[in-house]
Amino acid sequence: MAYSEKLLDHYENPRNVGSFDKNETAVGTGLVGAPACGDVMKLQIRVSADGIIEDAKFKTFGCGSAIASSSLITEWVKGKTIAEAGAIKNSQIAEELALPPVKIHCSILAEDAIKAAISDYNTKNGKAEVEAAE
Amino acid sequence: MNELKAKPIYLDYQATTPTDPRVVDAMLPYFYEKFGNAHSRNHSFGWEAEDAIELARGQVATIIGASPKEVIFTSGATESNNLALKGVMKFYGKKKPHLITTVTEHKCVLDSARHLEQEGYKVTYLPVQQNGLVDLEQLKAAITDETALVSIMAVHNEIGVIQPLKEIGEICRERGVFFHCDAAQAVGKIPLDVNDMKIDLMSISGHKIYGPKGVGALFVRRRPRVRVVAQITGGGQERGMRSGTLPTPLIVGLGKACDIALNEMAEENARIMELRNYTLNRFRERLADIYLNGDEENRVAGNLNISFAYVEGESLLMGIKNIAVSSGSACTSASLEPSYVLRALGVDEELAHTSLRIGIGRFTTREELDQAVDAICNEVERLREMSPLWEMAQEGIDIKSIEWAEH
Ligand SMILES: Cc1ncc(COP(=O)(O)O)c(C=O)c1O
Ligand code: FES
Repeated sequence: MAYSEKLLDHYENPRNVGSFDKNETAVGTGLVGAPACGDVMKLQIRVSADGIIEDAKFKTFGCGSAIASSSLITEWVKGKTIAEAGAIKNSQIAEELALPPVKIHCSILAEDAIKAAISDYNTKNGKAEVEAAE
Repeated sequence: MNELKAKPIYLDYQATTPTDPRVVDAMLPYFYEKFGNAHSRNHSFGWEAEDAIELARGQVATIIGASPKEVIFTSGATESNNLALKGVMKFYGKKKPHLITTVTEHKCVLDSARHLEQEGYKVTYLPVQQNGLVDLEQLKAAITDETALVSIMAVHNEIGVIQPLKEIGEICRERGVFFHCDAAQAVGKIPLDVNDMKIDLMSISGHKIYGPKGVGALFVRRRPRVRVVAQITGGGQERGMRSGTLPTPLIVGLGKACDIALNEMAEENARIMELRNYTLNRFRERLADIYLNGDEENRVAGNLNISFAYVEGESLLMGIKNIAVSSGSACTSASLEPSYVLRALGVDEELAHTSLRIGIGRFTTREELDQAVDAICNEVERLREMSPLWEMAQEGIDIKSIEWAEH
């Protein structure tokens, strides 16, 4: 299978590998996938007081496309508001990395991971109700 | 990395082997001046080809302790397995419609069994133990008065384990059941004797033993006689069991490959075994949490199947592009299943996703293995740094204690 240069670059030089302390209030953590399925993605965001994602980190157990998808999405969410980050679609990732059809679900996993991280952050900071009330 | 790019390293000897130059040399005249059809009875071109084929038949017979009359040529082990299973079941199936095989057989055996099931035959798929070996008591218990055939492979293509052939042969003979053995990965790698092991049919493949692709053989015992219904019919060649003009160059190559293997097996095995142990030790010295799949003792010399925990196999392969090894695993959701063989051994699914098969063979050097071990270890370490499962393991979190959303 021939992978795109962008994908290989993210696989070989992944951006933002690492972890934040998941107990910090400003940190939201998403953990998706399952080891038995061959893919687990952990994605974390650190959010500033004014709701901007200042930093993001990931760790991924999965194929090269899953690693590249998570690396790419950490780059994309930095500097975005939570709402903007939550609107990222897996199809954008798949397009950017030119994922072959069998690898589309690796990008879905990245979308799920950022959504899970945002939801964790919101829960921690009592934001879920606020947004629902609006 | 750049150095490796220059020269890829082949460590996939179970998938196929390079043809030995001595084999190619033996074959060449049969493409050029000696091109005759072995079935042409009226001229020297035919006789020449026939002589070459009979020499090869003898060479194939010798390496398994059979008589040349018991060897028929096919296109490979896939065809031999099809002929053995379907051919025997169709001949004896009216009275004895039951076939026994194992869950870890090669796909071509399992698929032949499935086809037979669809036609109404009964099939028992024996489980294997954690070390990959069949449980002889379970085999005994599975045999009934309706059992015609037991089909169990000699050496496993993925995990390299060697089944207790002699014991299986004893059991089958005692119960009056034929024993078919898929020896594609075993011929030339372990000593085989169809009489001592009481094997009634045996499949052989050319390209697994440094011979050409597209040729194989099936041993069919004459005393006591085993009958098969031909699956390819026509001119009635190969005593009616397999029609079609024999491919002289390929058969000459298969014979030569057997001849070389027989002469060099002991020495070659010692060398390959030494390299394998060396490689396994180097992995074990450098990496924690690696597991050898399949029995370590009852194992062919050239096979290592290792799970590198916390690192997904496909991403590992991607990082060692210039090393040709195989991975039985990739994420299920991509329709690439983790190996059915590892799952049959009861290997945890998450570990099944982390395995590589490293095949060592006739032309493998210590330098190549050193480079491969270094590259694989570097990549495993890099990917573990990136792995959330490795991080959890280091923090002492049991990943089984987490509720994963399996998809
Ligand atoms: C155990 C076993 N049986 C059968 C086969 C099929 O052999 P061939 O490629 O000669 O058809 C293989 C090779 O893939 C094998 O490893
Ligand atoms: S994570 Fe499943 S194939 Fe990519």
